[in-house]
Amino acid sequence: MTGVLTLYRTSVGKKVIMALSGFVLVGFVLFHMYGNLKMYQGPEAFNTYAAGLREIGYPIFGHAHLLWVARLGLIAAVVLHIWAATSLTIQSRKSTTANAVSGIRRYGEQKRQTSYAAYTMRYGGLLILLFIIYHLLHLTFGVVGYDAGQYQHPENGEYFVYNNVVYGFQNPLIVGFYLITMIFLGLHLFHGVWSMFQTLGLNNANYTGLLRGLAILIATVVVLGNLSFPIAVFVGLVGPAV
Amino acid sequence: MSSNQNETGTRTGVRTVEFVKALDSRAPGGPIEQRWDKHRFEMKLVNPANRRRYSVIVVGSGLAGSAAAATLGEQGYNVKCFCYQDSPRRAHSIAAQGGINAAKNYRNDGDSIFRLFYDTVKGGDFRARESNVYRLAQVSLNIIDQCVAQGVPFAREYGGYLDNRSFGGAQVSRTFYARGQTGQQLLLGAYQALCRQIAAGTVQMYPRTEMLDLVVIDGRARGIITRDMVTGKVERHVADAVVLATGGYGNVFYLSTNAKGCNTTAIWRAHRRGAFFGNPCFTQIHPTCIPVTGDHQSKLTLMSESLRNDGRIWVPKRPGDTRDPRQIPESERDYYLEERYPAFGNLVPRDVASRNAKQVCDEGRGVGPGGLGVYLDFADAIKRLGRQKIAERYGNLFDMYAQITGENPYETPMRIYPAIHYTMGGLWVDYNLMSTIPGLFVAGEANFSDHGANRLGASALMQGLADGYFVLPYTIANFLAGVKPGGLSTDTPEFAEAEAEVTSRVQRLLSINGHRTVDSFHRELGKIMWDECGMARNDAGLRRALKRIPELREEFWQNVKVPGESGDLNQELEKAGRVADFLELGELMCVDALHRTESCGGHFREESQTEDGEAKRDDEHFAYVAAWEFTGDPGRAELHKEPLVFEYVKPTQRSYK
Amino acid sequence: MRLTLKVWRQKNRNTPGEFRTYHTEHASPDMSFLEMLDVVNQELILKGEEPIAFDHDCREGICGMCSLMINGIAHGPKQAVTTCQLHMRSFKDGDTITVEPWRAGAFPIIKDLVTDRSSFDRIIQAGGYISASTGSAPDGNTIPVAKVDADKAMDAAACIGCGACVAACPNGSAMLFTAAKAAHLSFLPQGQTERYQRAINMVTQHDEEGFGNCTNIGECAVVCPKEISLDTIARLNRDLVVAALKGLAPSTGVSEAKAG
Repeated sequence: MTGVLTLYRTSVGKKVIMALSGFVLVGFVLFHMYGNLKMYQGPEAFNTYAAGLREIGYPIFGHAHLLWVARLGLIAAVVLHIWAATSLTIQSRKSTTANAVSGIRRYGEQKRQTSYAAYTMRYGGLLILLFIIYHLLHLTFGVVGYDAGQYQHPENGEYFVYNNVVYGFQNPLIVGFYLITMIFLGLHLFHGVWSMFQTLGLNNANYTGLLRGLAILIATVVVLGNLSFPIAVFVGLVGPAV
Repeated sequence: MSSNQNETGTRTGVRTVEFVKALDSRAPGGPIEQRWDKHRFEMKLVNPANRRRYSVIVVGSGLAGSAAAATLGEQGYNVKCFCYQDSPRRAHSIAAQGGINAAKNYRNDGDSIFRLFYDTVKGGDFRARESNVYRLAQVSLNIIDQCVAQGVPFAREYGGYLDNRSFGGAQVSRTFYARGQTGQQLLLGAYQALCRQIAAGTVQMYPRTEMLDLVVIDGRARGIITRDMVTGKVERHVADAVVLATGGYGNVFYLSTNAKGCNTTAIWRAHRRGAFFGNPCFTQIHPTCIPVTGDHQSKLTLMSESLRNDGRIWVPKRPGDTRDPRQIPESERDYYLEERYPAFGNLVPRDVASRNAKQVCDEGRGVGPGGLGVYLDFADAIKRLGRQKIAERYGNLFDMYAQITGENPYETPMRIYPAIHYTMGGLWVDYNLMSTIPGLFVAGEANFSDHGANRLGASALMQGLADGYFVLPYTIANFLAGVKPGGLSTDTPEFAEAEAEVTSRVQRLLSINGHRTVDSFHRELGKIMWDECGMARNDAGLRRALKRIPELREEFWQNVKVPGESGDLNQELEKAGRVADFLELGELMCVDALHRTESCGGHFREESQTEDGEAKRDDEHFAYVAAWEFTGDPGRAELHKEPLVFEYVKPTQRSYK
Repeated sequence: MRLTLKVWRQKNRNTPGEFRTYHTEHASPDMSFLEMLDVVNQELILKGEEPIAFDHDCREGICGMCSLMINGIAHGPKQAVTTCQLHMRSFKDGDTITVEPWRAGAFPIIKDLVTDRSSFDRIIQAGGYISASTGSAPDGNTIPVAKVDADKAMDAAACIGCGACVAACPNGSAMLFTAAKAAHLSFLPQGQTERYQRAINMVTQHDEEGFGNCTNIGECAVVCPKEISLDTIARLNRDLVVAALKGLAPSTGVSEAKAG
């Protein structure tokens, strides 16, 4: 218990919490992108995949039980990730706003010597949070982004995610929002994945190149995969099922 | 302690201590290898439970100061430690590069305590006290152990054991090192030990605080007056003993390898209060520094002497030859050290190399801006060993040189010139490191030290840590055991008077509002000292200086301009106080240099040289430590002599032909 | 060289500061940056103005006292040098140079370009040492240290405590300083006994001083005049994780050091 308190109390401990929750979220993002690739196999494969998610672990686990475990885990990870980030940001603000020239601008001239991604974690993170909320309201609950009656809720264990995706990506503004967010997700992953190893103390000069490479790979795969869905729909490569 | 004084001294108004004329070193007798052990046993101890009732002030946080404060704290004394830097970790010990000597004989190459002792006495040109030097060599062993335990990352061999190198022409490899940053690492070790005691509450640290006076009550050092450099507050601190570990006074020359803040104020104020100043004219000059580039020069940067192992020193044969060195043909170059000292060549000792450089520059053959420089040429070494090998050996030094001068030493010869580096002189102390004021101890470079008239390479770090870790903690206990702890507040007339003097001096400096900056006075003093009391000294020059310095001091107090106020950080005010003291010390140095008509070690009197131009000692008349007593005027200081007896190392004449 | 300087002037801790502009025509390419400021100061003094206060001491890049933000970069445009070793030949005739103090919550400004960095000392006091009282040490060669470890310890120990890492860090974090000291000691066998407790104590003190937290951006390592590596931070992080797993809590850890 003392150990947990130590993580909770120290800045490095909070970072460790960020790294561990980030690890969970990176896993989710990868899996999410991989699952969505089923869209390219047609409506049936995609809709069955959606239904199948509820049956993971069946019959040992009941309907959607493991899915809920995963969901709760993800929610916990998101909450911890955001809590740690907020708490650490507040701590840093205290340090950087003191003696600042005006507001949070610390120096008359600010020169950036390292990566853009590292600087945009907080803004990117905020954007991603807003995106997640919108994304849930949009494709999961169908309450925004659709014409009336366009979104089909599941009925009798049957899912219509394929058509929901197709109709969901007809509006260029929505597609644009998705695309921009995915770019920031990429940056977030590029810094976050490497950072995770650094924070957990698993990085050193020998591995850092390798881990940077891994971060680029994960970020690229996720971003390219995720970008492809709305684009494919929007340009008409993927059309509605009849 | 008081039993060792009598009433023959003179009162001067500022001083309340009485002295004997013949200084008692209190060095124990008997076989030299048993003296320290015997003395340690004979010294009194303070009961561990009583120690916290005794308070000790330590001024300075370099190797000697930090080590002493930490060790006294560990033992349970109540310690206050002061430094002018913003952190004790920044004291100038940090800049020492080469290494630290210890007679470990890990290399099995014939080293021993006696050999280190012998080399140090001989290297010091027979002007050091044998007993002290032997003790230094003895405790050198413990220093290495202590530092290793603290986590000093000394260089290691592949087997994991401590690495050694030969340094400064020593015949054995006894120098321990941590890359080129040995001083830094040793200081951080001591600083960390100090930090541990600060956290433990045994040491109270006062950074950015400057000692401006010593308080002497009933013939004993009982406290100091300080100025908080941030708030300007002048404060009184009382203690049962005071340790000064405030370093050397090389900055009297303005340009030196010392840090900008290094100063003499603490020891000079103690001197004015009655502490004798030992051998003030003994200064060491280092031959391989980067030359001055112009009037703006604020300090000099030293490069390791090891450069002389492969570099060849030369100047053009023709005075005023300003050609690019690479265009000067071999036949028109003068490799003067190789010429004059065929056996040692470019590896002659520091003082010999320095003096010869000065001589060729005086002949108008110096190179670079202002003609104050000689070439240190690696062209032959690069041809012989390849650029790769030279880069391996000296890469970091070459980089540093290129950084400062903007010239590439792989392509064009380096330029070097000697610079003031270390002061062997300092407050006179006895075997217990106690000055002539009871209760005032002096450690490290600040005391007149164990180095005689010339310090060997890698011995300064050794002495600082020896004093701080292994000598003072014993000898202070011995002193404290003889006095009652505490019992004194800062509300005595002596404290009030000292504080008032400090305050009025500060006010006076601020109110002069003349037309010259502090730096311009310091530069002028430095030039006088360098010209007349530098590498080579003579009667006429020293007399010139003795006439000029008091005039300059007079002008300083009439015409200096110190802007700002005393209630805030005021760096000009700090400098002004220090320069005012340098202006007095400089005069005493010249007095000492003038009286010592022999040459010895770093003190070269042109009148006293051999036919070969070597320093010629006069053991018959000058085998003593000159300890000067302040009489109200630095030019009229009174000389006291501590005779030096050499029972184990017989004085001989150095020769490097 | 003619230069225009925009310098941060601030009377003391409680008075707000501002930029002021100075011109000098007497700079030379051979001067160090601090010598150039000396020249400006001499001119100011003779004009009856207060000179610019700035910290400096050894002027050879080792004491860590000098600490200037030059055109928004800690210690100026050249890599791996301190301000005192930066020479004016790195600038051009006619340049305008902005000079500022380190800015961070735990480095209050004392005056002009001088800041109070005593927070660094307190981080060391919290545990940045090996508890080895004088006299207790065994022979130096009793504990062999692999050369590679000694070298790594030395790399980390090269830190001069100047605070450039904090100044450059967009989070105002002192993690590179803290980690460098922790790594110096944790690479050595002598430092193992207190290793994990040290990590917790130093990090806790680091936070209490009001430094920000590290988000692995790496500006610190770019400006570090001694080129301390980010590896040290990873190592400190790992030590903290191990400490947490061991169930260690922050302690003053010094009560046993009290003698008497």
